[in-house]
Amino acid sequence: MSIVELPSYLEQSDKVRDRFTRLKQRPVILEVDQLSKQFDTPQGSVTALNKVSFKTHRREFVCVIGPSGCGKSTLIRILAGLENESSGRVMLDGNVVHGPGPDRGMVFQGYTLFPWLTVKKNVMFGLERSGKGRVPSETEAMQWIELVGLEKFANSYPHQLSGGMKQRVAIARALANQPRILLMDEPFGALDAQTRAKMQSYLMDIWKNIDITILFITHDLDEAIYLADRILVLKAHPGEVQELIEVPVPQPRSPEQLLSPEFLATKKRLEDLIHPPEANVEINGDHLNMVRMVALDDEVSSVF
Amino acid sequence: MAKRQWFSVRKPLKPKQRFVLTIMSFILPLLVWSAVSYLPFLWHPKMEVTSPGDVAYLKVGMLVDRDVFERESATLQESGGTLPEGVRANPVYLPAPHEVAIAFYTAFTTEPKRRNEKWLHESLWDSIQVIFWGFFLSSLIGVPLGILAGTYDVISRLTEPFVEFFRYLPAPAFGALAVAILGIHEAPKIAIIFIGTFFQQVLIVSNTTRKLDPSLLEAALTLGADRLSLLFKVVIPGIITDLYKDLRILLGWAWTYLIVAELIGTSSGITWFITQQARYKNFDNVYAAIMMIGIIGLTTDILLARLGKRIFPWEKAAARA
Ligand SMILES: Nc1ncnc2c1ncn2[C@@H]1O[C@H](COP(=O)(O)OP(=O)(O)OP(=O)(O)O)[C@@H](O)[C@H]1O
Ligand SMILES: [Mg+2]
Repeated sequence: MSIVELPSYLEQSDKVRDRFTRLKQRPVILEVDQLSKQFDTPQGSVTALNKVSFKTHRREFVCVIGPSGCGKSTLIRILAGLENESSGRVMLDGNVVHGPGPDRGMVFQGYTLFPWLTVKKNVMFGLERSGKGRVPSETEAMQWIELVGLEKFANSYPHQLSGGMKQRVAIARALANQPRILLMDEPFGALDAQTRAKMQSYLMDIWKNIDITILFITHDLDEAIYLADRILVLKAHPGEVQELIEVPVPQPRSPEQLLSPEFLATKKRLEDLIHPPEANVEINGDHLNMVRMVALDDEVSSVF
Repeated sequence: MAKRQWFSVRKPLKPKQRFVLTIMSFILPLLVWSAVSYLPFLWHPKMEVTSPGDVAYLKVGMLVDRDVFERESATLQESGGTLPEGVRANPVYLPAPHEVAIAFYTAFTTEPKRRNEKWLHESLWDSIQVIFWGFFLSSLIGVPLGILAGTYDVISRLTEPFVEFFRYLPAPAFGALAVAILGIHEAPKIAIIFIGTFFQQVLIVSNTTRKLDPSLLEAALTLGADRLSLLFKVVIPGIITDLYKDLRILLGWAWTYLIVAELIGTSSGITWFITQQARYKNFDNVYAAIMMIGIIGLTTDILLARLGKRIFPWEKAAARA
């Protein structure tokens, strides 16, 4: 399609290459080692994940992308400890983890705020569980609420907030525990395009300013490239790592970069990986078998 | 907008329309009752004798079947005696609305026939106490057990199959047993309300508990909640509004067991009043007493609903979602 020749997504400017070198020297926060998961279903065993291995470094932003059903949610749920792995292991700061814990924060696609608690009490939930008293929890919670810009809504109930606001509270609630890694499963999937763009820049701002490593699942290619340092591409049946792409778009990111050559090159690569060209032929090559259902002498006989 | 839509599927009506319909739902049955009571040509299968004429067995004020009355009149016409006179009337068991309305007042002001019998308000108070204690004791055990069964599979497996079996046993069947064990006074009546409520309660509460969105539990787990705080900080607050609704419905069921419960041992409370009045053929009082049960039940439910809105300020969310 493009008349201009795109650079290869593997081509990195010196600045970007230098950044990745330094990034990989940072300590490893999360290490996933040969992780596999089988589900036993009445139809037999289903392999959702097959020997997935990767590492994330401190303060890195990793996006996970892949076709529907490739095991993205399964992966993040195992990382969060909500699901047990069949084999392999997950290590956080070099220690194997079992079961859920406050060291791995999670933001779900559905809004999982507690409807019976106000915004402030929602954010205080984890703080109080960690044994902090009411008063320090409250002060700390307010700081996190201010960070996501919702201090005016501290005493509102979740049902009084918009979807984007709810997700900001969910992020504040997860961050309040000061987890080592923040796991996000399509957190903006239910938001409209505009709110989504705003949430992306909020998240970038938060990520830049606090010590947090983020693993972010999305099915939106633009979102993945815009947010990520590296993108973990999975393929389906069974879910396996296809490629771990270093995004050549320089940091810090801004929406103008959405049309830069590096961005487009990366997007093209992701498209090729996720919708392989051979598969496209079947769908794009043929037209649907349609019969004209509008009379020739109709007032609007043609849409052109 | 302008055109009012009365029959749109699953669309709430406007507040004014709802109000009108609420009033109508009471007015319509009342209209039917009034029509049957005040329009003689509609039903009135009896004749109330105003003058017996030459029929030996008729007395003034007596109610006889209309065909009997007409047969007697026809025989007398042939033999040439004085004809009996009468007006069309309804059977004694169907008093007119105004008679019942008056009974609402007089039932409270009429002194009991015997010294040791109770006034109506005392009987009503007895009934309310039986309901209260039966329901309270049932909830005291049933609600926690239901919540635990809905939360932990082990408790569910251990209790629910038996509860499921027991709830098919009709509570009144335990009447004689309850009297034998607990005596003839309040205790066996409370026991019947308890048996009628408890087993349903456990199952309903455990079901409600299971309906809690599991992702809330998962969110709590990733926030570092331990087992105890999962139960007390997530499960219980998460179901409390639905639990409250369940209890309101169950309280309604408890009332339906009241009449049977009060017939056990020495008849008491509003049931004693109703059976007593029926024996004296004061059917206006019987209707008034039955309606009082309805009014008390409906009023408590409305009050509890109002109270619920106050104590659960996040509840509107559930209504909207
Ligand atoms: N509890 C389960 N029992 C059985 N099979 C499951 C279960 N959960 C997931 N699977 C299967 O595992 C595979 C991966 O599912 P998963 O939800 O992780 O995919 P996903 O990448 O998140 O998809 P999507 O993009 O649609 O969210 C699917 O084939 C799914 O059918
Ligand atoms: Mg998913």
